[in-house]
Amino acid sequence: MDDYRSEIRKISMSEFFPAIVHMKTDKWRLVQICATTIEGGYEMSYSFCRGYDMVTLRLEPKEDEEVASITQIYPCAYIQENEAAELFGVKIGRIKPDYQDRLYRIDQTAPFKDKE
Amino acid sequence: MAKRSIIPFGPQHPVLPEPVHLDLVLEDETVVGVIPSIGFVHRGLEKLVDKRDFKQYTYIAERICGICSCGHGLGYCLAVEQIMNIEVPDRAKYLRTIWVEMSRVHSHLLWLGLLGDAMGFESLHMESWRLREKILDMFDATTGGRIIHSVNQVGGVQKDMDSTMLNDILRAIDEIESELRPIAKTFLHDYTVQSRLKGVGILSKDDAIAQGAVGPMLRASGVEYDARLLGYGAYKDLTVEPVISKDGDSYGRCEVRIKELFQSFDLIREAIGKIPQGDISVPVKGNPDGEYFVRIEQPRGEAIYYVKGSGKKFVDRFRLRTPTTSNIPPMVEMLKGCQLADVPILILTIDPCVSCTER
Repeated sequence: MDDYRSEIRKISMSEFFPAIVHMKTDKWRLVQICATTIEGGYEMSYSFCRGYDMVTLRLEPKEDEEVASITQIYPCAYIQENEAAELFGVKIGRIKPDYQDRLYRIDQTAPFKDKE
Repeated sequence: MAKRSIIPFGPQHPVLPEPVHLDLVLEDETVVGVIPSIGFVHRGLEKLVDKRDFKQYTYIAERICGICSCGHGLGYCLAVEQIMNIEVPDRAKYLRTIWVEMSRVHSHLLWLGLLGDAMGFESLHMESWRLREKILDMFDATTGGRIIHSVNQVGGVQKDMDSTMLNDILRAIDEIESELRPIAKTFLHDYTVQSRLKGVGILSKDDAIAQGAVGPMLRASGVEYDARLLGYGAYKDLTVEPVISKDGDSYGRCEVRIKELFQSFDLIREAIGKIPQGDISVPVKGNPDGEYFVRIEQPRGEAIYYVKGSGKKFVDRFRLRTPTTSNIPPMVEMLKGCQLADVPILILTIDPCVSCTER
């Protein structure tokens, strides 16, 4: 499993959108978006694959900070962005389409937001 | 002028064994928009990492789904083993590979049966599921469970197979293979089946990549990608070639799964022929400190497991991106423009596993 590239790269909010555009133009496909709750905010991991190589871009927005949706660049991101917004409460702006807390038919708001 | 209406599809529907809901926006009989919703049976299993230590969590991971149970346990264990630099014994790698290939046979036979049922071809449904019983019996004999196997553990596997068991598996797959040939011929050449599947629900190669399709759905659109080529388990030593189809229609997705069944039989034979003697696990000391993403090829497509630990017995985060989650956007795209009568078959051709998605 070590024969292929697998790296995690931290990026800042200002680098985020240009980095996503770069991945798209460099023909990386989006494979997953993962939200994790950390002290005072979230850790958002956007993983991309090209062939069998994998690169993950790591963003750490604060709790009230809005992350731009990447659906304009990767249209298939909407399911996982809606999921991160509904289960973790991550503020993601301009998801297309934004299901407004109706993708998951659950009673609780952002059930994964707080660590027990 | 076409009449616009919205029809609710699911969560309870004859072709859906598990609950998922779609609002279908129709113009007369043509689908022009689809709004999915899930979460009817969401179990919060990812969140349970807060309450179970990292070794116990293997049992939870194996209960994410009853069809790819072994694969989920494997994905989780591989991630923890990478973080902790654990080298699993070769025999354990081969045993894991045999079980996950048996799961693929189980899953694809189950899907073929469901497809036969959805088309109203009851004998195909029953024949496929009759064969599936044989593989479930082999799971029962080798792991003690037909559905949940509990064989993986961090550092190896919990159960070994002696030569009699391995020979029983060889005999069982020989039987299944010979009995599957006429059934496969019907699926691939029968007029009724072709009229329901050929040219229906076309997903082009570009769309499959852009919409993030995985597994047979991606390969049926002509993309040569199979995560088994990453070489986890014993796949590094085995002959794996991605099975592809060119047309990207429902027939192509059926063809890929049927060919993958025969590929799995060959892989199981090759693995049994090459399995080395030796230990099946190594002792594990300490707690995971670090993070890792693991990709494995589940029957329904590439699954991604993320584990993050900080040296404590509870891991900080476990995340599973299931194949069905990835296949929802391509499914939504594929449904646009199709006829209402084709919707059940088209949903089935992505082989949705709501149990995995509602992890």
